[in-house]
Amino acid sequence: MSVLVYTENWDGLFKKQSFELVSYASAVAGMMNTKVTALSIGKVDAEELGKLGNWGAEKIINAVSDELTVFDSQAYTGIIADIARAEGSKVIIFSNNISGKALAPRLSVRLKAGIGAGVSKLPLSIEPFTVYKRTYSGNAFAHLVINSDVKILTLAQNSFDLTEKPTGAVPETINVSIDSSPVRTVVTDRVQQTGKILLTDAEIVVSGGRGMKSPDNWGPLVELASLLNAATACSRPVSDEGWRPHEEHTGQTGKMIAPNLYIAVGISGATQHLAGVSSSKYIVAINNDKDAPIFEAAQYGIVGDALKILPKLVDAVKGLKK
Amino acid sequence: MKILVCISNVPDTTTKIKFADGNTSIDTAGIQWVINPWDELSLTRALELKDDQANGVKSVTVAHVGPASSEPTIRKALAIGADDAIRINASASDAYYTAFQLAEVIRKEGFDMIICGIESSDFNGSAVGGMVAEFLGIPSVSSVSGIRFEGGSPLLTREIDGGRETVKVTAPFVAIVQKGIAKEPRIASMRGIMTARTKPVKVYEPVAADSLTTVAGFEKPAPRAACRYIDPENPAQLIDLLQNEAKVI
Ligand SMILES: Cc1cc2nc3c(=O)[nH]c(=O)nc-3n(C[C@H](O)[C@H](O)[C@H](O)COP(=O)(O)OP(=O)(O)OC[C@H]3O[C@@H](n4cnc5c(N)ncnc54)[C@H](O)[C@@H]3O)c2cc1C
Ligand SMILES: Nc1ncnc2c1ncn2[C@@H]1O[C@H](COP(=O)(O)O)[C@@H](O)[C@H]1O
Repeated sequence: MSVLVYTENWDGLFKKQSFELVSYASAVAGMMNTKVTALSIGKVDAEELGKLGNWGAEKIINAVSDELTVFDSQAYTGIIADIARAEGSKVIIFSNNISGKALAPRLSVRLKAGIGAGVSKLPLSIEPFTVYKRTYSGNAFAHLVINSDVKILTLAQNSFDLTEKPTGAVPETINVSIDSSPVRTVVTDRVQQTGKILLTDAEIVVSGGRGMKSPDNWGPLVELASLLNAATACSRPVSDEGWRPHEEHTGQTGKMIAPNLYIAVGISGATQHLAGVSSSKYIVAINNDKDAPIFEAAQYGIVGDALKILPKLVDAVKGLKK
Repeated sequence: MKILVCISNVPDTTTKIKFADGNTSIDTAGIQWVINPWDELSLTRALELKDDQANGVKSVTVAHVGPASSEPTIRKALAIGADDAIRINASASDAYYTAFQLAEVIRKEGFDMIICGIESSDFNGSAVGGMVAEFLGIPSVSSVSGIRFEGGSPLLTREIDGGRETVKVTAPFVAIVQKGIAKEPRIASMRGIMTARTKPVKVYEPVAADSLTTVAGFEKPAPRAACRYIDPENPAQLIDLLQNEAKVI
């Protein structure tokens, strides 16, 4: 028996979310009196793998194969299923991110394991196995009972604190064959931005809405974001108008994010917008309409003209840095 | 090429969610039911692909697992332009069960491209699409933000962390779609609404399948603390509070 955690790597490196995931897996394993095995697919060097041991992974497996050059959900599922069976894993944990959402459902069918998707807390109980999961796009939470022998959880990003627990585990690399699920995905082209903080990774996000009035007014917002080491985001009308790139659109039909701090500037706070940001730990609203619904979701608010307030915030943050 | 769009029937996104029976079920009184927003966009894109005859899309079918009370949502999909519909007469209480039913029908009817949304706005499971693919043993491509045809075969664009890839897969396959798939949902025309009434809706009875999960109860999110207002003449105070009170910067 064990808890298996799938620790994705990005070109051989982990992110903070990988360690959060291991911390979470370790806490779940604690509730079940068992241990954590971490699995990473694709070549990662030993030093990087060893970091997973700082957060409670007692076994660290790196599965590699020459045949795996693209992300193919069927082939990856095959590898994870084989290792889950070999480890006798009763709970398998993914991040609720792009790859987690692609893999968890396939693995669920392969292992006949029920899924708790987008959990943001430890299980409420182990017997019966009950998890706390987001439903109705954040307007409610369900107590979901997973009745199958094996359970799969996907953890919402930034929802569990890092907890140090060094194990000194020595990583092992294994060569896997993917004959049973040949790669059927062919990638013909790829574009990737580099050097920018990804919206889904950011701990602070500064976001602008239609209240910013014009794409020409984004200068101080972007400057504030860069001073705070934050990512920039926007409401849907802003990306629809082409004021900002589509990758920045947050909300029910855009990106779902849960940073520590979300600063909403000139955003009214429509339910569809809040659906994507309401899991943020703190929300700051800057809006000239004191009745805007965003203030109901916010812990800190400023009623006033964003275009006048932003430059003052920039100055205040610059003051801090001195 | 035959396209299938899987549609889920969900409360309108502005609905105030209330619960009944000691918080174990949703109170359906007064709820406006709609096609799940992602599925409406999938349908729109499927119809756009069919409009261009060079793509060789023969038909666009919608499939739904749900009771007879979901018929209005299915009719709406037909009014928007789907050629025909399939309803599996069962309550979609669990993703595994739902996907099993869909896979069974897809096996019987045969489709080349199956489109599912990244998530339903009620259950937020992000599960049914991938499960359908795995039951059928066919490829799935997720986080798809674009579908087009080149030389008669589909090319998919998928989001990756910080970028995107163009991907080719062999049909049949499942595309699990998200933002970007279509701009605005297509709206039913008057003529569409008239013809929807006469379009075929095939009803299948469910096959025996397991459910792996049950909902024991619901709760509302904990109310947030009231907003603390900062003097607009002195925004620097906000920075101070974020640093020393909230400790987030
Ligand atoms: C199915 C569906 C899905 C949707 N999905 C999303 C989604 O994912 N994300 C999303 O964002 N929206 C989504 N929407 C749209 C959503 O309903 C709102 O229309 C949208 O969020 C409003 O964007 P906004 O707040 O930028 O603009 P507005 O609602 O126009 O608000 C602008 C705000 O700026 C304030 N303001 C104006 N001038 C100033 C100033 N000088 N200084 C300070 N404040 C000022 C105003 O008081 C107002 O509150 C969706 C809608 C539907 C129907
Ligand atoms: N009852 C249903 N009938 C048909 N398709 C469904 C149903 N429920 C979910 N789906 C499809 O699966 C997608 C993801 O739903 P979910 O796994 O519930 O988040 C939806 O966007 C639909 O395409």
